[in-house]
Amino acid sequence: MQHFLITRLASAAIVVFGVTSLVFFMIHLIPGDPVEVMLGESARVADRENLRHALGLDRPVLVQWLDYLYHIARLDFGVSLHSKESITSILLMHIPATIELTLIALLFAIVISLPLGILAALNKNSGWDRAAMTVSLLGVSIPNFLMGPLLILLFSMYLGWLPVSGRDAPESVILPALTLGTAMAAILSRMVRATLLEVINEDYIRTARAKGLSRFRVILLHALPNTLLPVITLLGLQLGALLAGAVITEVVFSWPGIGQLTIDAIHKRDYPLVQSCILLISLTYVLVNIATDILYCVADPRIRLGQES
Amino acid sequence: MAKQNSKQNEPGPLLTVTGLKTWFETSDQTVRAVDGVDFTINKGETFALLGESGCGKSMTSLSLMRLVPEPAGRIVAGSVKLHDEDLLQHTEKQMRNVRGKRIAMIFQEPMTSLNPVLTIGRQIRETVSRHSRFGDFSAKKRTLELLEAVGIPDPKRRYEEYPHQLSGGMKQRVMIAIALAGDPELLIADEPTTALDVTIQAQVLDLLKKLQKDTGMAIMLITHDLGVVAKMADRVAVMYAGQIVEQADRNQFFSNPQHPYSKKLFDSLPTMTKRDQHLAVIRGSVPSLAQVFKGCRFEPRCDYAWDVCRNLVPRWCDTNNGGGALCHLLDPEQERPAKTPDEKTKAVETEAVIRKISAAKTQLLHVDGLKIHFPVQKGLFKRTVGFVKAVDDLSLEIPKGKTLALVGESGCGKTTVGKGILQLVRPTAGCVKLEDVQLNRLKPKELRGKRRDVQIIFQDPFSSMNPRMMVKDIIEEGMIAQKVGGDAKQRETRVEELLEQVGLSAEHKLRYPHEFSGGQRQRICIARALAVEPKLIICDEPTSALDVSVQAQILNLLKDLQVKLGLSYLFITHNLSVVEYLAHEIAVMYLGRIVEYGQVEEVMNNPMHPYTKALLSAVPTIENDGREVIKLRGEMPSPVNPPVGCHFNPRCAHAKQKCRNGYPDPHAVTETHKVRCFLYD
Repeated sequence: MQHFLITRLASAAIVVFGVTSLVFFMIHLIPGDPVEVMLGESARVADRENLRHALGLDRPVLVQWLDYLYHIARLDFGVSLHSKESITSILLMHIPATIELTLIALLFAIVISLPLGILAALNKNSGWDRAAMTVSLLGVSIPNFLMGPLLILLFSMYLGWLPVSGRDAPESVILPALTLGTAMAAILSRMVRATLLEVINEDYIRTARAKGLSRFRVILLHALPNTLLPVITLLGLQLGALLAGAVITEVVFSWPGIGQLTIDAIHKRDYPLVQSCILLISLTYVLVNIATDILYCVADPRIRLGQES
Repeated sequence: MAKQNSKQNEPGPLLTVTGLKTWFETSDQTVRAVDGVDFTINKGETFALLGESGCGKSMTSLSLMRLVPEPAGRIVAGSVKLHDEDLLQHTEKQMRNVRGKRIAMIFQEPMTSLNPVLTIGRQIRETVSRHSRFGDFSAKKRTLELLEAVGIPDPKRRYEEYPHQLSGGMKQRVMIAIALAGDPELLIADEPTTALDVTIQAQVLDLLKKLQKDTGMAIMLITHDLGVVAKMADRVAVMYAGQIVEQADRNQFFSNPQHPYSKKLFDSLPTMTKRDQHLAVIRGSVPSLAQVFKGCRFEPRCDYAWDVCRNLVPRWCDTNNGGGALCHLLDPEQERPAKTPDEKTKAVETEAVIRKISAAKTQLLHVDGLKIHFPVQKGLFKRTVGFVKAVDDLSLEIPKGKTLALVGESGCGKTTVGKGILQLVRPTAGCVKLEDVQLNRLKPKELRGKRRDVQIIFQDPFSSMNPRMMVKDIIEEGMIAQKVGGDAKQRETRVEELLEQVGLSAEHKLRYPHEFSGGQRQRICIARALAVEPKLIICDEPTSALDVSVQAQILNLLKDLQVKLGLSYLFITHNLSVVEYLAHEIAVMYLGRIVEYGQVEEVMNNPMHPYTKALLSAVPTIENDGREVIKLRGEMPSPVNPPVGCHFNPRCAHAKQKCRNGYPDPHAVTETHKVRCFLYD
């Protein structure tokens, strides 16, 4: 286990280094000159050179890269071109909103998908099964930018139960989280159903039944833990997709998170801020993947203890 | 417990099954998997249910436990009486107090029958707690006792381990511990040792016998292996196509089987004494169980069948020794046919021909000092920390037109030897020479051309063919790659010839693998190997996935082809009775090395190495010759870290200090018989 963790973290460090560098060079490859954007096309050459020097953009790319890495390592992301504020503090302001949204969406997804998938699997080909799978098909098919306005129409405009947008009241999170969570719930419930159907045909389930255990115990203690193994993997992958979905959902609901910040920064050509946002999202992917691996490892003794002693 | 034991000690019926029918509904037909089965199991006895795959024996046992997969399967008629209670009338809740408590069950595949994410301690304790009023502490204590009782060393440590940390034999012991937890009156053992090696099989069968003696429980043993039946059973029932066709006492059954099907099963067993003949085969295949039978189910395949058999369902006829069979031959009301066919006339004397052909012995394959080591890699940078010495300094020779059997238990490296000869795995050291060409020195392009000389037949015919290719394409592919067999038209003719040569017909060429039975698929695999006219065929356990009667067909075919085409075989197997029948020479492998090598007669009749002796004695045979099984301690160690000195020394009864210091050199017993053991130094 310890050995596994060290290996996994070491390889994650390499990935982080690669991602950081890739983001740096990508921004440099994009056509357009930040100095020109900041000063406008009519600026004098001397002013441009001054600014270029002040920003350090006249140095060789390799030196800029090393300088950039040095600052990143100290969690110093520089200053926003637009607001002149420290990017670190801007990010810290927006991160909690996104974390809140994603976690609650994840919770929604799990709470909806597990019972739905189990119900469908245990009553295969029944009315329950068909209803559950139709609902999940709808969930996968409706994109976030449609689901969001539909929910707003129903719950905010028509019923008047929940706020339309923003993050002012605690209940504000419900609609965006629901929007974000449905697609994931749909995929997860299909996965739970398919895996559980496979697991209940395994030999060890027959063994458990031959012990005289009740159906409930057999499902809860023997089938579910084995069903969750592949579901955990999917959860990790989907959490990444959730982050991507968050960008759209945050815009639809004016949710003040990283997604909206990124879109704003792109609109305002705030290069350092865009760079930092992309970096943050990439790092989150890496972290989520490590977390998934560790979780998988905890859940499956075959990986935790290694094959064959 | 004491009360129960005393109850079990009075003789009398424990379980009475009458008219049991379990059917499966598919979308367009009803499969009558179990179709009217009657039998009785007495207290404390071992009752064997014998039959080939698909005959309904497993479904019968699942019906007793009411564990038939629903809703497709359904028990439609009959009664299953445990003492006086009809289990088929029980509610599901009542059944749960029978399962695991009064009737327990162990299964064929110990590898998949345990839950991979729970510790074995927990899996056993669960059954203990379910069927007793033990508190947590005493339940754990009882679990440890059970682990001890089934012979698992160091129970306290094993209690916390997961199934994947145990070997196959150990897992089956855990399954037995689970079954014993409820102190059952009846243990149903469904092919309990089929997935295990012979020496481990001997250990598990002995354990079952001992536990039966200690607890007085009855055992219902489901198996396809006549040897296991001979060793274990008190009474035998033979199942065919969903029905029991014969029942008898063990001795009666083995000395005088009544039903033509039972007789055929005995005749198709390969043995040393049948070397000069063809094995008897049962023609045709098992009938579909989706039909209603008008006559006897075995009639289309029976040598004794006459008109009555086709038109009248046979009734159960008692024989004078307490048994009985479902056959018109035993029915005094049916007139017997005047002539009984004599299938013996079909036997062909093949061996004599072989001996003549290859009187002048020329070597085809030379393997000298073959080593195949796989690196064990660890850590971030995949450092090599050691080697698995799968094959370690192995030498053998195969003469033209002869068969060398490479025998050993799983994990001994025998399959790797086959791959090393084929150059599918490149040897670490040593020399593989086919006639004058050293295969392991060839460049990949040169090797490709040489591949037509050595072909392979795999163990599992179900997974060794591409399911999306037609039989014709499967057979033809090698010919195209090797540019043999002429143009497309000529190749097609050749494919048809090959199919007929392996006992299929030419029109089979346009079908897909899934349309064939296991035996037929293995025939296609043989045709595929023959297509490029090889000199040597490596047969890697080609019959171990097949039923005995089908195995006989494949062995006959291999023998015929050897005579006709002068082929050489390297026959990789763990089945010693096949070796006796088919092979000329035998090499016994243990942990990557050959420990004994010689002519089949020499090694089988006069085994020298303690491992060979143990291996031979562990095979259950149908002759009740009272020989003693030499028990081996423990299991084969891992080839990553083989024992110092002679690899066999930790399990050997004769091990001396010398054996722990160095590996013995080959000692020649006769000119052809060599053994590596310090006993003969």
